[in-house]
Amino acid sequence: MAGHASHAEHTHHPNYVRIWAILLALLVVSVAGPMLGIKVVTLITAFGIAIVKAYLVVKNFMHIDVAPKLVTYMVLTMVLFMLLLFAGTAADVMESHGHHWSKPDWVAGTAGSSAPADAGHGSEEAH
Amino acid sequence: MAVHHAPESWVRKYLLSTDHKIICFQYMFTGMALAIVGGFFSYVFRMQMAFPGMNVPGWGLVTPADYNMLVTNHGAIMIFWVAMPVLIAAFGNYLIPLMIGADDMVFPKINRLSYQIFLLSAVVLFVSFFVDGGGSAGAWTMYPPLMSKDEYSLTGTGSSVFLVAIALEFVAFLLGGINFVTTAMNARAPGMRYQDIPIVVWMIVIATVVFMASVGPLVAGAIMMLFDQQLGTAFFDPNRGGDPILWQHLFWFFGHPEVYVVLLPATGITAEIITVFSRKKLFAYMTVVNTAIATGILSFLVWAHHQFVAGIDPRMANIFTVTTLIISIPVAEMMFVYIATLYGGSITLATPMLWALGFIFTFLIGGVTGIFLGASGADIYLHDTYFVLAHFHYTFFPIAIIGAFAGITFWFPKMFGRHMNETLGKIHFWGTFFGFNAIFIPLFITGVLGDHRRIFDYSNFPELTTPMMDGMRQFATISLIVMLGFQLVFLYNFLTSLVWGRKAEKNPWLANTLEWTTDSPPPHGNWPELPTVYRGPYEYSVPDRKDDFWPQNVPS
Amino acid sequence: MPTGRLAVWWIIASEIVIFGGLLASYVMYRLAHDAFAEQAAHTNTWIGAFNTFVLLTSSLSAVLAHQAADAGDGPKAARLLQYTMGGGLIFITVKAFEWTSEIQHGFTIASNTFWSFYYTAAGIHAAHVIAGVVIMGFVANTARRNLELQRVELIGLYWHFVDIVWIFLFPLLYIAK
Repeated sequence: MAGHASHAEHTHHPNYVRIWAILLALLVVSVAGPMLGIKVVTLITAFGIAIVKAYLVVKNFMHIDVAPKLVTYMVLTMVLFMLLLFAGTAADVMESHGHHWSKPDWVAGTAGSSAPADAGHGSEEAH
Repeated sequence: MAVHHAPESWVRKYLLSTDHKIICFQYMFTGMALAIVGGFFSYVFRMQMAFPGMNVPGWGLVTPADYNMLVTNHGAIMIFWVAMPVLIAAFGNYLIPLMIGADDMVFPKINRLSYQIFLLSAVVLFVSFFVDGGGSAGAWTMYPPLMSKDEYSLTGTGSSVFLVAIALEFVAFLLGGINFVTTAMNARAPGMRYQDIPIVVWMIVIATVVFMASVGPLVAGAIMMLFDQQLGTAFFDPNRGGDPILWQHLFWFFGHPEVYVVLLPATGITAEIITVFSRKKLFAYMTVVNTAIATGILSFLVWAHHQFVAGIDPRMANIFTVTTLIISIPVAEMMFVYIATLYGGSITLATPMLWALGFIFTFLIGGVTGIFLGASGADIYLHDTYFVLAHFHYTFFPIAIIGAFAGITFWFPKMFGRHMNETLGKIHFWGTFFGFNAIFIPLFITGVLGDHRRIFDYSNFPELTTPMMDGMRQFATISLIVMLGFQLVFLYNFLTSLVWGRKAEKNPWLANTLEWTTDSPPPHGNWPELPTVYRGPYEYSVPDRKDDFWPQNVPS
Repeated sequence: MPTGRLAVWWIIASEIVIFGGLLASYVMYRLAHDAFAEQAAHTNTWIGAFNTFVLLTSSLSAVLAHQAADAGDGPKAARLLQYTMGGGLIFITVKAFEWTSEIQHGFTIASNTFWSFYYTAAGIHAAHVIAGVVIMGFVANTARRNLELQRVELIGLYWHFVDIVWIFLFPLLYIAK
């Protein structure tokens, strides 16, 4: 049976209370950001800070830098897959009704009067 | 180190065991039982399609709603409750600790829990058949709005119960998967480097990782679908701002890697068998490992080829065509390596070897026909025809059925300490092999001629069919009945051999891997003293050696 | 790498894709439907911020528990884990009041797709919080007797992950208005 963890690996414990204080400060900024009313600022403070906070937690609380590289690669790969899912799906879900694509004339001509929005999407009859 | 227990009651020893070998049997027998259910469903709906309107023996009249329920559950059962438990959970549980020289999985209690959750998922699935409205009828792909609205699928709670069963099954495999990956990474025998690990262990571990990385979006999607069904949300309802295509993407983002999840263990089993029965080293070990990893990664990049005609952005269709054609390369490479392994080998056509060769033959046909479907242009015609169905049966059947039989006939002596009957094994193989081809080659033909999938009664479309096509459908159905009949040979062989089979010694096949160095069946704890490893697993017919095999644990 | 830690990281990896799938879907809908922003304006940023504060603080106590366990002090680790559990329970309680208020104002799970995502995402997250609190209870109980101290780190890892999911849920559901 595999043995239990040995703790000799990381006796390096940063000052957790200090990290926590930084996290709280960032929280305050992210709440204050939208109050300025500038969209770009809101986006940066909301999501940019979320990424920074997540990084701080993963690095300092979860000690990913002390863990074998494999763990970092695993986590990054999963995040990458999520970006991949987004990239492959967004073209359809975000461009509903097919507004950014229209049938070329030579197709639309032979296919009759069906508009792009009908091509396989949703239901024609409300229920 | 052996673990000594006081004598255990039957319940503790078999029902509540944490021993990976017992858990293997639990998964295997559950999977085999459900295969009978799934096979029965296919018999019923094929009878309906060959002889529309007939009173099917053992079922009765097949209504349109019945038909939908049968095809839905046939597909779902075969993939989630047969292929996965047998190929991954059963063989993974049995082989991983034994082949790496460990006494059990590293988390035996979580292992037991994973089976219990799996069993619960099977029970919940059964419950879905008996609620008002019957079992889910939304196809195994569960597309909304068919799946999300009762008035379309003609079922009631059954669809939701089905979703719960699927979610439970996913949780069970996520839990089980943790064990497979951590045990293979951390519990290997001293001396077993990464390149000494048998291929089937690599394959099961890679498959597990692919599963764990891909199932998430579908878990999220299933919850969203369940809420659409029961709570009136509109995640997938286009009338209220939702998008059914989102479901398709969430489903297939998992659905495509899933087919490689079940493929890899089957190719691993094949690799173990062909090396033993051709007494030859695996032609290119690292190539096989690398192609498996490449296939696993590429499998995440192809999913929308299932959606070519669903109205996706055509620019996406271009991209997915290219990636789909590319993924055929590593898989083909793997098959070439296997063929190269056979070349020049001293081949014995024992039953397991017949199954392994049958796998390579039928899977190649499946893979090649996939190329037609991967090209989005051709797919415009072929999508939703029986060509697709024949293609995926020429891949799934080798994987789930041929691969399973290969593994069972090969490891039966080790698992149960007795031999199966060779003659009955060969009869079973040839009956199944010819039967399978006789079912699906006609369906390739009717598919190309335009037979649409999921049609409950072709006599409703007399202008679209011909007597020849009717004849092919009937021929396919009769072949199915014959093939199912041959499975009785296997059942008889399996059950009688369990009790009366010739006793097996430790290493009846003269193989190299570690499981053959212990008793048949292995004791609790697997070895009185855990082995040390000195070489790779495929040192067969090494020149200048007396024996044509060289077990991994024998010091040089 | 110690097997327990490896196992928890694999669990976290598979959870990343579960939440990732859900949140990716949310982001796609959000960006495509401006109507969402109008609905999102009704979430209470202060409650969301307070809950973020609670979870961040509970992560602090979780990691301090790990530090204590590393030093071999089981009872101290158990006490710190109990503070973490307390934080989790505060989070759930606040959420219960928050949701009750929102439902009474007519914002149910079915009233608009924004709210569907809101309740689904936060609901799945809350289920993970509850599960974490329960498991943490068992770990703390054992740790108090100076047994199985390595589990303190493991449950902590899971808890930090749950915290990180909320770190992203907070701006997605409360700030982006």
